[in-house]
Amino acid sequence: MYTYLIEPFVEMFEAPDFLMQVLWEGLVSGVLYALIALGFVLIFRSSRIFNFAQGIMVVFAALTLVGLHAAGLPAWIAVAATLGVMFLLAVTVERVVLRPLVGQPDIILFMATIGITLFLIGFGEIIFGGENKAMITSELGIPTGDVVLEPFGGLLILQKLDMTVVAVAVILVGALLAFLNFTRMGRAIRALGDDHQAALSVGISLQTIWVLVWFIAGVIALVTGIAWGARAGVSFALEVIAYKALPVLMLGGLESITGAIIGGLMIGMLEKLFEIYWGQPFLGGNTETWFAFVLALIVLLFRPQGLFGERIIERV
Amino acid sequence: MLYRTAGQFKTSYTADQALFPVRQDAVLLGIILVLAWVVLPLTASEFAFQTLLIPILIYALAATGLNLLTGYAGQLSLGTAAFMGVGAYACYKLVTLMPWLNPVVAILLSGVFSAGIGVAFGIPSLRIKGFYLAIATLAAQFFLIWLFEKWAWLYNYNASGAIQVPNLDMFGLWVAGPQAASATQYFVVLAVVTLMTVLCINLTRGTLGRTWKATRDMDIAAELIGINLMKSKLTAFAISSYVVGVAGALFVFMWRGAAEPNLFDIGLSFRILFIAIIGGLGSILGNYLGAILIVGLPVVLNVVPEALGLHISSATVEHLNTMIVGSLIIFFLVIEPHGLARLWTLIREKLIVWPFPY
Repeated sequence: MYTYLIEPFVEMFEAPDFLMQVLWEGLVSGVLYALIALGFVLIFRSSRIFNFAQGIMVVFAALTLVGLHAAGLPAWIAVAATLGVMFLLAVTVERVVLRPLVGQPDIILFMATIGITLFLIGFGEIIFGGENKAMITSELGIPTGDVVLEPFGGLLILQKLDMTVVAVAVILVGALLAFLNFTRMGRAIRALGDDHQAALSVGISLQTIWVLVWFIAGVIALVTGIAWGARAGVSFALEVIAYKALPVLMLGGLESITGAIIGGLMIGMLEKLFEIYWGQPFLGGNTETWFAFVLALIVLLFRPQGLFGERIIERV
Repeated sequence: MLYRTAGQFKTSYTADQALFPVRQDAVLLGIILVLAWVVLPLTASEFAFQTLLIPILIYALAATGLNLLTGYAGQLSLGTAAFMGVGAYACYKLVTLMPWLNPVVAILLSGVFSAGIGVAFGIPSLRIKGFYLAIATLAAQFFLIWLFEKWAWLYNYNASGAIQVPNLDMFGLWVAGPQAASATQYFVVLAVVTLMTVLCINLTRGTLGRTWKATRDMDIAAELIGINLMKSKLTAFAISSYVVGVAGALFVFMWRGAAEPNLFDIGLSFRILFIAIIGGLGSILGNYLGAILIVGLPVVLNVVPEALGLHISSATVEHLNTMIVGSLIIFFLVIEPHGLARLWTLIREKLIVWPFPY
């Protein structure tokens, strides 16, 4: 009992610098989970579509960027061109998939987004190939190297790259919240999320908003793709992080932007803590694959709509 | 013309509710059964057995299991592959611990274990609904796969970490393992699948099936008319996982011959969900139509470029497959969101009144 329940905490207190290192690593992956979850939440709020393709859009955006750069475009023009591709993708998805399926049950739309996922995987592999590619980090002017701090007489190494990621994520979320709250378009998105029929009747165009929302999700995907790609390289192996965004959504609630962010950070840090202090010593490691899901499941047993989700009111 | 129902009168409620209200349905099913039991085994090649017939049956059975849960009881699950894994690993432990056990009995017993695990992971469904539940079943998916990898007892402490199907005989015939003939395995699979399908069809037509449908359509209303939701949801999880577990045992023992944890990854779960949805949720026939499409399509796609004289590398073919399967899913969802089974229902209705429009 002592070994499982007390000792890990003793270790944490004995080496606070190591604990901070673990938390920092967890925080950075948490930021990335939160970004992916944010894409999900935006699409879910405005159209009730559970967009499974968000994770693969991350990979696809990153691959397009790297591919365009390899084809000879300067880095920033490649970014602009990738944004163009994501816009095209949003328009195509709206035209080909969503428009004919308006009003179908949720599960049908969910399956359609899995169809999109498969299509993008096949398409991306044919065009860009399956091998792992390096993200064009230095060309985009992202600082590399580390900052070494010495808290409590210990050692704490922060990658400059990770710090940039956190900063960019904060700016992105701030911009997004401002857009949703203070612009006409943003208010239209929220109106659609509240009530489709009412929004349509005051003249909000469903089609335009859907394209817009998918495009914003694409922009978030590109940022996430650059950040994650810089850490681990770009390949379709990245799609596993897409699954990580799902427990984040569960924990935070499907409709809540705050929930996505807090859920992402919580899961990122807790799963790292569990892996380092319990998973590796007692369970044979690699617990990160399921810890987030089990944690979310336990939380959900007590709050079925997630920590920040809208309260589910059922009428007969 | 072929489906004319003139002259078939129903004189009692029982006759009206019979399994085959139209005689031609029974005849059609008879033809299909003769085809499956006699004609195909006599004519099929080794290649056809291994790439088409056996996998179609096994996938259809797994999809039937999922359909009981998702299509009939309305509980969306993304953890099917993990429950198949439980069935396969349970079967492996059964035959290695008790080598004298009849393999078919072992396969049928292994479903009991996945049913137990299914109920355990089904308990959250009493509080969690919709997409939240779907993500919750992913917990089963990832946790069980991790367990298959880390719990060495499950694979008898093999160095490879994979399970290898031993040679198993039944009445002097090899039915599993490297020595078994494909035709024998086909008959075993067919027998089990036929049995389970008959059971499932009758289950969904009976009290339990109707309870499930009521739960699916609106659970609060179902509760108000006196349905015990806990019983209804947990039986759905138990029976669905049982069928899925048996399918998993067949998957490894009658088809793959060996398995490692990654075989049961989330991709397999999704493939089975496609089969159930493209075939039609809430239909047993649909699972077969969906399985034929999903299993048959890659085979066709592999053959077509060769036949046209195009030479494409196998990796490209695989990626093309993924792409085409993805687009086909969207295509079928757009033309008929209720699946291939609904298409067949529509065709059948047209045939009955043909040549008149109604």
